[in-house]
Amino acid sequence: MLEITSIEKGIVIDHIPSGYGIKLFNLLRLEKADYTVALIINAYSEKMGRKDIIKINNKIQLDVEFLGLINADITINIIDEGKIAKKVRLTVPEKVTNVLKCKNPRCVTSIESNIDHIFHLVDREKRSYRCEYCDDIIIPYDK
Amino acid sequence: MLKGRSLIDPSDFSREEFREIFDLAHEIIKNPEKFRKSCEGKILATLFYEPSTRTRFSFEAAMLRLGGQIIGFSEPNSSSVSKGESISDTIRTIECYADIAVMRHPKEGAPRVASLSVDFPVINAGDGGHQHPTQTLTDILTVERLKGNVEHKVYGFCGDLKFGRTVHSLIKFLSNYEGVRFVLISPEELRVPEYVREEIMMKKNVPFVEVEKMEPYLGEIDFLYMTRVQRERFFNEEDYIRLKDKFILDSEKMSYASPETYVLHPLPRVNEISVEVDNDPRAQYFQQAKNGMYVRMALILKLLGIY
Repeated sequence: MLEITSIEKGIVIDHIPSGYGIKLFNLLRLEKADYTVALIINAYSEKMGRKDIIKINNKIQLDVEFLGLINADITINIIDEGKIAKKVRLTVPEKVTNVLKCKNPRCVTSIESNIDHIFHLVDREKRSYRCEYCDDIIIPYDK
Repeated sequence: MLKGRSLIDPSDFSREEFREIFDLAHEIIKNPEKFRKSCEGKILATLFYEPSTRTRFSFEAAMLRLGGQIIGFSEPNSSSVSKGESISDTIRTIECYADIAVMRHPKEGAPRVASLSVDFPVINAGDGGHQHPTQTLTDILTVERLKGNVEHKVYGFCGDLKFGRTVHSLIKFLSNYEGVRFVLISPEELRVPEYVREEIMMKKNVPFVEVEKMEPYLGEIDFLYMTRVQRERFFNEEDYIRLKDKFILDSEKMSYASPETYVLHPLPRVNEISVEVDNDPRAQYFQQAKNGMYVRMALILKLLGIY
């Protein structure tokens, strides 16, 4: 089995649904990191079968609010001195700004630059969101 | 207090605030002469990024009848918009010249973007297939003049309910009133959008049915709201041709309706209401257009804080 060594100080994003690790990696813009980052895909998980994991070897400020959009079961562990110092619980956010894009071709966000792309939670179960401007409903990161 | 506010969506104002507008509109109808100079020295800007006849004329006539003046464009190619100017920049510039603005735009949410960029009132005169709140004011004033109030009534909506912005706004408005029921008559492809069904009607527990045939329901409908299947909303010409003639109201269908079923239409009509229906006293769409001017006069007065 491939082994990625544990980190001393940093962040481990665990229980990412298989296939979403790369998306999350890109959303967090980790390709621009000047510290060590490991993206592990298709790791064995008793609970999920397969899962993805991201290990960040640096204690950075991370905007994790939107991760709840992908799956509220994703776990975020803040590591200090090789141990879990803090677990961050994710929730499905009520409002998200500049994370999602409206898919309605008639929406004003398709032509107007310099405006915030804002979505409001419609249904917590379905994780559906409504565009602030055109009311179009989307389910982000739907499989 | 409505002074300085914008009307982009029917949820922007409370029931009480709408009441103020309708009360003033009824007063204007009774005595229009009294308001002849109310807007002297005020300028209304009409920013029409999409063709319109009656909505633009209705707003312009409303402002002129209040003694105010108008500036604006009726097609974007004649303005700096054709040079690629953003909505925010356009409206910020207009704010330097006018006291109030009316915007129609093919993109949904464009008037909202405009209203968030400035401090003066912006009125949505139709944004894509989304909302058209001042048509709703027109429709409600007509309902009140014919039946006194909007509550405890059955409203039938027929035609293009998917892209019909006047339908979305009217449903959103009416869903706040007691005893309202909807009969939604359309081909399956043109049913109301998901947000209207789930976020408005279902959340507010408004009883509704979605059907494809109007005759069985006409006897129980108080107001039948006909809409045009709009060519410009289709990406595909074949779909338009296949669907446009499916829901036409004629004298034969009107024979199923009750003597008190009034027919409304936001206009323009293409062929969804046969001209033979025009002489039926239940056809109220031309009176409705006239009411539109009065209610827009009331709206302008309220947003400018004059009344």
